Amino acid sequence: MKLLKLVPDNTNIGFVAMRKWAFALTALLTVLAIGAVAHRGLNLGVDFVGGLMIEAKFPQAVETDRVRATIARLGVGESSLQQFGDPKTVQIRLPLPEQGGAGAANAVVEKTRNAMTAQFPGVTFSRYDTVSGKVSGELIQNGILAVVLAVVGIAIFSWLRYEWQFGVSTFVAIMHDVLMTLGFFAITQLEFDLNIVAAVLTIVGYSINDKMVIDDRIRENMRKYRKMDMKALIDLSVNETLPRTVMTSLTILLALGSLLLFGGHVLRGFTAAMMLGVVVGTYSSIYVSSSLLISLGLTPQASEKKASKAGLAAQAERVGPRDDGARP
Amino acid sequence: MLNFSRWAIAAILLPLLIGVLCAVPSFLPDAAVAKLPGFMQTRVNLGLDLAGGSHLLLEASTQDVARQRLVNMEEQVRTELRRGDPRIAIGDISSRDGKLSFMVRDPAQVDAAVERIRPLTQGAGLTGQRDFNVEVVNSSTIVITPTDAGIDNAVKSAMEVATEVIRKRIDEMGTREPTIQQQGDNRIVVQVPGLQNPKALKDLLGQTAKLEFKLVDTTANPSEVAQGRAPVGSEVLPYPDNPSGVPVIAVKRQVMVSGEDLTDATQGYDQNNQAIVNIRFNGSGGRKFGQVTSQNVNRPFAIILDGRVLSAPNINEPILGGSAQISGNFTVESANQLAIALRSGKLPVALTVVEERTVGPGLGADSIRAGLIASIIAVVAVAAFMFVSYGRFGVYANIAVAINVLVILGVMGILGATLTLPGIAGFVLTIGTAVDANVLIYERIREERRRGRNVVQAIEHGYKEASRTIFEANVTHAIAGGIMLALGSGPVKGFAIVLLIGIATSVFTAVTFTRLLASRWVRAKRPTEITI
Repeated sequence: MKLLKLVPDNTNIGFVAMRKWAFALTALLTVLAIGAVAHRGLNLGVDFVGGLMIEAKFPQAVETDRVRATIARLGVGESSLQQFGDPKTVQIRLPLPEQGGAGAANAVVEKTRNAMTAQFPGVTFSRYDTVSGKVSGELIQNGILAVVLAVVGIAIFSWLRYEWQFGVSTFVAIMHDVLMTLGFFAITQLEFDLNIVAAVLTIVGYSINDKMVIDDRIRENMRKYRKMDMKALIDLSVNETLPRTVMTSLTILLALGSLLLFGGHVLRGFTAAMMLGVVVGTYSSIYVSSSLLISLGLTPQASEKKASKAGLAAQAERVGPRDDGARP
Repeated sequence: MLNFSRWAIAAILLPLLIGVLCAVPSFLPDAAVAKLPGFMQTRVNLGLDLAGGSHLLLEASTQDVARQRLVNMEEQVRTELRRGDPRIAIGDISSRDGKLSFMVRDPAQVDAAVERIRPLTQGAGLTGQRDFNVEVVNSSTIVITPTDAGIDNAVKSAMEVATEVIRKRIDEMGTREPTIQQQGDNRIVVQVPGLQNPKALKDLLGQTAKLEFKLVDTTANPSEVAQGRAPVGSEVLPYPDNPSGVPVIAVKRQVMVSGEDLTDATQGYDQNNQAIVNIRFNGSGGRKFGQVTSQNVNRPFAIILDGRVLSAPNINEPILGGSAQISGNFTVESANQLAIALRSGKLPVALTVVEERTVGPGLGADSIRAGLIASIIAVVAVAAFMFVSYGRFGVYANIAVAINVLVILGVMGILGATLTLPGIAGFVLTIGTAVDANVLIYERIREERRRGRNVVQAIEHGYKEASRTIFEANVTHAIAGGIMLALGSGPVKGFAIVLLIGIATSVFTAVTFTRLLASRWVRAKRPTEITI
């Protein structure tokens, strides 16, 4: 049987030679992403700004303008509407009443429900979320804290395991991934809610997974080929792991693609973020973290210093140049 | 590396078998699961976003608890000093900034007053810690300040009682399997599956249900009362349904009987077919009520709920039987709700809903169906891809993924973890990443073959070299997952649980289990060439 090989054997792409261009592109995209977040802002969901969210399902397609007009007559504050997946499902967002606490929020929901039922017979309400300003503030805080801790924790891990250059390059690459994702949400104005924080954390996790594989290979090759030029060594490592990189990103994109198409509208933003993250994470493994290692002045000798610092155990673990089990 | 002892094989297969077995009940209907032995009843719980239902986060105001305590303390001090023997005259009672201060009229009695107050300020526990500090300022003013420890204790016990009261109320509503949990210092999470409209639930939890009966102060000047001023010993309370049209009424401060003396409350109708709540007092409550109503025939009394007057009926004759009616502007529903609230006791502290998430059962079912379809398609697509890429080894990886999916469900069942919609996403992602380990191994085997190693050595080296990478990559992935679990709320947590379980099980199935399969094949066939 002839097996599928997406990356031909002995592929040798000069990734490192292209890194100046890649850096320029990365810098440009990063600036764009930051600009988009600063300028347009994120379309924060009720999880993060507080408020009321009602999801209404109509028996047939409905014009959002008519829904908006119905709600505007109630005087419950400015509504923001979003069609969700299919034209029959509309998500209505309302500000939380400033006074009166839970009772008042209840009243708003009731009022909206009644008015909608009168105007659009057969409408059903499949979801309500109410988040007070206090809780949403905590959710934002925890969300940011989680992302920052995850990035820093992982950077520290890879610094302790390897040389400091790996820690720094991983940190920069992951920040890049997070920024790209935020930029994507700022540009598309897809709703940014708690699910998306989970998506961002998963992107961080996936991206680090990817970088670890390449970093691990670089370190292995650094021990094997101590005299090799760092640029050639990184090219070799990236090319050696390229089949795996392609295979894995494709399988994950396959899984996510089916989730995007068939997983229902609630998860759509989440899945879109994840797919973007896989692409961005794969790119940054090659062009941000690996190429940055050269700029940070990593040399094969550095690996030896670290190894001797780490003591005898690390020495024992060290693999000589082609410790060949091939000899029978 | 490729040699497995009998014991090793058992050690690999046994946990997988247990995991798969534990996943089985999740696919069976309720009735079938009930027949299984107890240790087999491990089912994955569906989160509210899948099963449909309401999630409410209630918050108690700690200030409210502190204020309540101060009010009680004031009452105790008054009783002790004014009514005790010898009587100590006090004045200028004020509670500001969370402190209670008052002046002792006769400076010679200050020490005696402090002596008599001290016992009231002792904590209930055996820790010897004081709940309040007592100080003398300006030689005649006594200041009582609650200690932090005292407030903490009070909040803690108030929350325990509140959780219990909420549980009773929700049970009375007849909902199935509610989850009621205290979260943090002053919050309670309530999760009720399968609720169509959470309004009734919120209304029920929103009322403190502090019921009091007090005499109406008929001597008060109506125009003063309208401005919120009451005579000494009385207070002005809101009375929205007052027939006179003024929305307030003056009542005596002293409580005739309170809701604590109730033994039962049911919804009923009065002679005009208006919804009312019938209540029954315990022995001492009934006696007190009888006594006060005998002494005050032809005077009105106020029925007060949570600081608002519901109605102020006239006492036509002494009410001696120990039962009474609460009338008010009720609907059948609201009367029933009040009856439930009164039966389950009053909340020691007012609770407000700070977060609510309700998912209708229809949407939940849609999500399950969509999630299931997406998972199946993802599995099939990934499996096909693995097969065309790695042939026989791809099949091994696919078997590992299939077992992994079941084991994740089994582990979730054993841990009693909840599957949420983001959890399904975590599931699908796990399917994707689980094969990553196999991809790493197989690509490594391909590389080793290219370098000219023979089949057995290539497989051995592939597993050995890739294992280290897989371990490191998964440790970092688990760091991210652990942080999500620790800090995340709601959907983030649901996702992290599946992710973490998936990381643990997938390393085992993808590395150890496929190695076992590969080694069996290699030992049986002794191939000199492999297609990979």
